[in-house]
Amino acid sequence: MGRYVIRRLLQFIPTVLGTMFLLHYMTSLAIQFSGNPVRAIFGDRTPPPALLQAITDRLGYGDPCLEQKGNPCFGLFLDRVSGVFLHFDFGINLRRQEVTDLVANAIPFTLKLLVIAIVFEAVVGIAAGVWAGLRGGSFADNLVKISTVFVISVPIFVLGVVVREFVGVKFGNILRDQEWIPDVIAYGFFSPGFKPDYPFASLLIPGMVLGSVALATTARLTRTSIMENIRADFVRTARAKGLANKRVIGVHTLRNSLIPVITYLGVDIGSAMAGAVVTETIFNVPGIGRLVTQAARTGESPVIIGVVTMLVLVILLVNLLVDLLYAVLDPRIRYE
Amino acid sequence: MSDATSAGAAVGGAPGSGDGRAPEKKSRSGKERNASLWADARRQLVRDPVFMIAVLYIFVVGTMAAFPKLWTSQDPRACSTDQSRLAPSWEHPFGFNIQGCDYYSHAIYGARPSMVIAIMATGGIVLFGGLMGLLAGYYGGWVDGIISRLMDIFFSLPFLLGAIVFLTLIKQQNVVTIALVLFLLSWPTIARIIRGSVISSKDLDYVQAARAVGAGNGRLMFRHILPNAIAPMLVYATIVLGSFVAAEATLTFLGIGLQPPAQSWGIMISAHDVYFLEDPWLLLFPCGLLIGTVLSFILMGDALRDALDPKFR
Repeated sequence: MGRYVIRRLLQFIPTVLGTMFLLHYMTSLAIQFSGNPVRAIFGDRTPPPALLQAITDRLGYGDPCLEQKGNPCFGLFLDRVSGVFLHFDFGINLRRQEVTDLVANAIPFTLKLLVIAIVFEAVVGIAAGVWAGLRGGSFADNLVKISTVFVISVPIFVLGVVVREFVGVKFGNILRDQEWIPDVIAYGFFSPGFKPDYPFASLLIPGMVLGSVALATTARLTRTSIMENIRADFVRTARAKGLANKRVIGVHTLRNSLIPVITYLGVDIGSAMAGAVVTETIFNVPGIGRLVTQAARTGESPVIIGVVTMLVLVILLVNLLVDLLYAVLDPRIRYE
Repeated sequence: MSDATSAGAAVGGAPGSGDGRAPEKKSRSGKERNASLWADARRQLVRDPVFMIAVLYIFVVGTMAAFPKLWTSQDPRACSTDQSRLAPSWEHPFGFNIQGCDYYSHAIYGARPSMVIAIMATGGIVLFGGLMGLLAGYYGGWVDGIISRLMDIFFSLPFLLGAIVFLTLIKQQNVVTIALVLFLLSWPTIARIIRGSVISSKDLDYVQAARAVGAGNGRLMFRHILPNAIAPMLVYATIVLGSFVAAEATLTFLGIGLQPPAQSWGIMISAHDVYFLEDPWLLLFPCGLLIGTVLSFILMGDALRDALDPKFR
């Protein structure tokens, strides 16, 4: 176990550096082939050369290697890596605000959204998966199968837009006309976007939309794993001992079946962070995701690079923790 | 995406007896049940109504993309603003969009960019990812070490985030750059599938026999080992086509994909999502086409996996 942890940690360092270099090389290539990104901020107008030069230098795009096509710009990469790891510096935006500050302001919303999404997909997904797995081939099984295929095939932004309009606006308007419904439900839970007055209730629906993508996979994974385990010898032994059905299912089957599901949920935190970009844009949640899309629309590239670098580091860290957790959780796996 | 990965990997473990010439030999002996993997799969697929409906739908969308003139004689760019958001009628089955352009022809012409991007990106990942997986699995050792680390690196950059960074900076958001970024960020999955499949079959007896006879590395890889990996690759490629169609629309919706005046389903959705309550059909038609296409690809992939996996027989 100890050797596995050390090996995994040693593998982690080149992966982090490699991913950061990939991100760096992609951005450098894009700049080398399409010119100074600062021009995008001005749109059609031609900025005075001095102003252009000043902004370019301030944002760190003045390096001459960004004009040579194909040059990997190692010097710039070293600067960025040392900036990130030694000074916790992820760059600045046009108004000279630190990207770390922008993220610090936005992160509570994204974290709340992620928690709602993960809890939703874990509770509903595992319940549906257990229900379908215990009755293989039945109506319940087919229902879960069909609805999961359907959920997988609906892109998250389509789902988000349709839910916002149907549930948030149309159904919400009906509720808001009724006098007897409390405001938390009518104006909070069923609001078509994020409301600062109801910081938790109005995040519930966006969180569910975000969680619904992985919900299908969670349900399928639980279903397959339950179906495998229910035929296992140790479950038959438990039944032969005369244990109650509740205990056989709840303790002997479910606990063993949940190992792959929990790992999947852990890995999914990473993809949910990326998915939050879409969900937050649709529901106007002032989190990290909306920060990224707004910066993408105005062409404020330093913000995007800083935030994405930060997100990638977090995702890598989460994946590392999940891998280590997996080694602890599953007694069948021995890395020696 | 990750479900598609596990879908492909599920088949990866089973080295099929896929060899193009097998069915001829078997069919002469007259025994229908013992045909090759591919003949069995074909028979099962033709009888599967879900698969046939999905194929038909993809065929329809494919003809829309390849020959839009077959489906409509209207020009999607002949617009007049006094027809803005007119409801569907017989002459114009999808009505008019916000700029007063015929929405039906817009939807027909919108199929092309999605399909072209999906096919280009999938072709790219099959060729490049397949080659990388083949090399890593066959040679092992330091080749495998380098390629696997490279896959880890590309794998840890989430697709959406990488695409946002690249497309914002490149500023030329057209079919080629979108296909490029899709290809760049998703080749490792297919490489992993192929690598696993190659590793599981490279030490089989018939490969050893071929090596003993004196077959070279290239011949061993492409004639003897690669055919085993084709089944899982085909399943994954079908599913990934669907996810690329969805990815193109998602990027367009976020404002970093295709830009108007190009026609695409993603543009149709993002331009009209605020008119949903007054004119829901403006959103329902493109969403329906998009979901139908993605769903068809996923169902086709599922059916292919069931048909090509000998364990399900």
